[in-house]
Amino acid sequence: MAEKVLIQAIREAMLEEMHRDPSVFLMGEDVAARGGVFLATEGFLDEFGEQRVIDTPLAEASIVGVAVGAALNGMRPIAEIQFSDFIWPVVNQLTGEAARIRYGTNGTVGCPLVVRAPYGGGVRGGLYHSQSPEGFFFHTPGLKVLCPATPYDAKGLLKAAIRDDDPCLFLEHKRTYRQARGDVPDEDYTIPIGVADIKRAGNMITVVSYGLMMHYSLQAAEILQQEGISVEVVDLRSVKPIDRDTVVSSVTKTGKVLIVHEDNLTGGVGSEVAAIIAEDAFTELDAPIKRLCGPDVPAMGFAPTLEDAFMPNPEKIAASLRELAAY
Amino acid sequence: MAKTTIDLPQVGETTTEGTIQKWLKKPGDKIAKYDPLVEVETDKVTMEVPSPMNGTLGSILVEEGSTVAMGAPICEMETEDAVSLSPATEVTSHDKTTIPSPQEERTSQPTPNTVGGLIEQKGELFGLFGMGPASDTATSNEEVARKDQVEASSSNTSTSSQGSRNIRLSPVVQKLAAEHDISFDELSNLNGSGLSGRVTKIDLLKYIEKRTTEPTRSIVDLTPQDTAQPRQDETKVPLSNIRRRIAENMTRALEIPVAWSLTEVDVTGMVNLRQRVKEEFKRQEGIDLPYLPFAVQAVVQAIKENPLVNSRWGSDHIALLHRVNIGIAVAASKGLVVPVIHNADQYSVAGLARAISEVVQRAREDKLRLEDVQGGTFTFNNTGALGTVASQPIINHPQVAILTTEAIVKRPVVIGEGIFIRSMMNVCLSFDHRVMDGNDSVSFLQNVKRRLEAIDDRTIIY
Repeated sequence: MAEKVLIQAIREAMLEEMHRDPSVFLMGEDVAARGGVFLATEGFLDEFGEQRVIDTPLAEASIVGVAVGAALNGMRPIAEIQFSDFIWPVVNQLTGEAARIRYGTNGTVGCPLVVRAPYGGGVRGGLYHSQSPEGFFFHTPGLKVLCPATPYDAKGLLKAAIRDDDPCLFLEHKRTYRQARGDVPDEDYTIPIGVADIKRAGNMITVVSYGLMMHYSLQAAEILQQEGISVEVVDLRSVKPIDRDTVVSSVTKTGKVLIVHEDNLTGGVGSEVAAIIAEDAFTELDAPIKRLCGPDVPAMGFAPTLEDAFMPNPEKIAASLRELAAY
Repeated sequence: MAKTTIDLPQVGETTTEGTIQKWLKKPGDKIAKYDPLVEVETDKVTMEVPSPMNGTLGSILVEEGSTVAMGAPICEMETEDAVSLSPATEVTSHDKTTIPSPQEERTSQPTPNTVGGLIEQKGELFGLFGMGPASDTATSNEEVARKDQVEASSSNTSTSSQGSRNIRLSPVVQKLAAEHDISFDELSNLNGSGLSGRVTKIDLLKYIEKRTTEPTRSIVDLTPQDTAQPRQDETKVPLSNIRRRIAENMTRALEIPVAWSLTEVDVTGMVNLRQRVKEEFKRQEGIDLPYLPFAVQAVVQAIKENPLVNSRWGSDHIALLHRVNIGIAVAASKGLVVPVIHNADQYSVAGLARAISEVVQRAREDKLRLEDVQGGTFTFNNTGALGTVASQPIINHPQVAILTTEAIVKRPVVIGEGIFIRSMMNVCLSFDHRVMDGNDSVSFLQNVKRRLEAIDDRTIIY
């Protein structure tokens, strides 16, 4: 196994899947000649040709609209939205069309489409390169929403998404692209969609998180360990569907829970996780369910002070954990 | 080779100690997990304790004939490899992913203050206690500040509202307290480590652990007195386990405000029925058909309509018990024992006759099993077998009522305008007046009476 960064894992997943299955193809802004703004698809045009690696106009609704049509005709498109901040024109194609096809055809027709989108802040990106859109999409029945944090999970989950017969929104946190490092096996593997992973075992407080915040939570857990407080970190990996069992069994063990995400607090994934815990683990709770999330302001101010105020970080997480430990 | 101590396991919810009767293995013996290790006598049963692990028996810490508390170490065992620890932290992800951070990567070795050494023999529960020693020695300002705050606020509480301490219980604390039968009073008296002295889950788990390893203070004074000069004009009889147990239970019952009722029942129908079927029953079933199962069934059915009788006092609530497990008082050779018929409401008269016969047999032969003496919810005492016509039984704590059936005697009874010879039996009930009033007790007894008087030749016993 070789250590890789997350963007390499994404790149390998697409490369291997395109070699494996000729119906897989790419489309998006700058994915072909430029090789993608993050160079995820550099060299793909030479390797697979312009029939399978397609540069599109700056028209996100069309990108996903065309992809939905291709998917319905037997192809497996990977449509890239250059930044998730540009995903809003796609809402109708994804939630109004793709996500409803399976149900609308009485289960007979799928729409095997993957929409990849870099998301998240902490990169001084301002209002148009910092957003976290998962809270809007994870509400939608028929759509899977994946937010891997590690290179291993990213590769396995992207392969699973490409092979899935229904639409998946695949969100890649920009700050993890070159900073999240980890071993990625050379052999082919997938990670089941809808299964969380305990990234660190502990027994006094559970942190439920995903994406970049999962890494920050691990760092906070390490700080707390020095203070004698043992923290378990649950990485959701899939925010839709959410792995209820893993969340509930971890909270059953610890009795206390902190939910961390970068997306805005209100109506976010954390609200759903809190509801699940209240429903299934009420009698196991030893403290109120606590959330540490992006505040309810647009993500995110361009001024470094505003961005830093918006983003949860290891110190903020550690402070919340101390409060929970003392409760 | 790792050395591990083996503790006397907790048996039964109220047993506090056991006497080592016989070691079944010698030091140096190879022992497989579940091999019988030692014979232990408690106030309730004699049992074989199986070995909890594979290994070689090391030194024996408690000699035969000695009595020790439940949870006390009784021997040492040498095992091939150390009992695996459950360190407070371990990374379980498939890949070791790191992301650069201002903090240097730290090793995940437990600090000396945390669990490492402690867990070894006590298993997983101790993992939770990792924070104990660490936070005791914590010197960070925040920690100190928090402690001050807690102390300040708890002293406020005690001065402003002594006696009516307002305590917050989290759902899991309530659940654990119910599971381990910890009363609201006990919880109120714990010093919590949480915010404003709140009792946390970890506090409660510690308390439960401590409670099971430390014997509860005995009500009966067992410290030897004036051993130097034994008195000439008396003979000392040492207390057997069971005698001590009875004494403790009876003393504990003193806290119950007891009231008492008696009613007389015309059991002529029952006497006639039994007279008619008892020989056939004995031939078919191989056991006698006494009056007892008829009476027990009537009581059980009456309990179903008067659920308060089958409950438990809980300081701030009354717990109505869904199962009806009837304890039957039996005079065994060692003293009084009360084996339990579990789910007595599921039996016919014949079924009760058999269940009672079996359990009484085991009691008399001193072969009661653990489950035979656990979980009673109501006690039935057939004092009439000794010839009494009225008794005032003491309630079997923590139950709320106890019933006796008295001797059946033929008496002249006025029915309508005539005098008839009828078989009459008194039924007495002692009850906890905190839970029930006279009215409840009378309606229960009337229900029992009605059912017993309704027995006649047509009553089905199967």
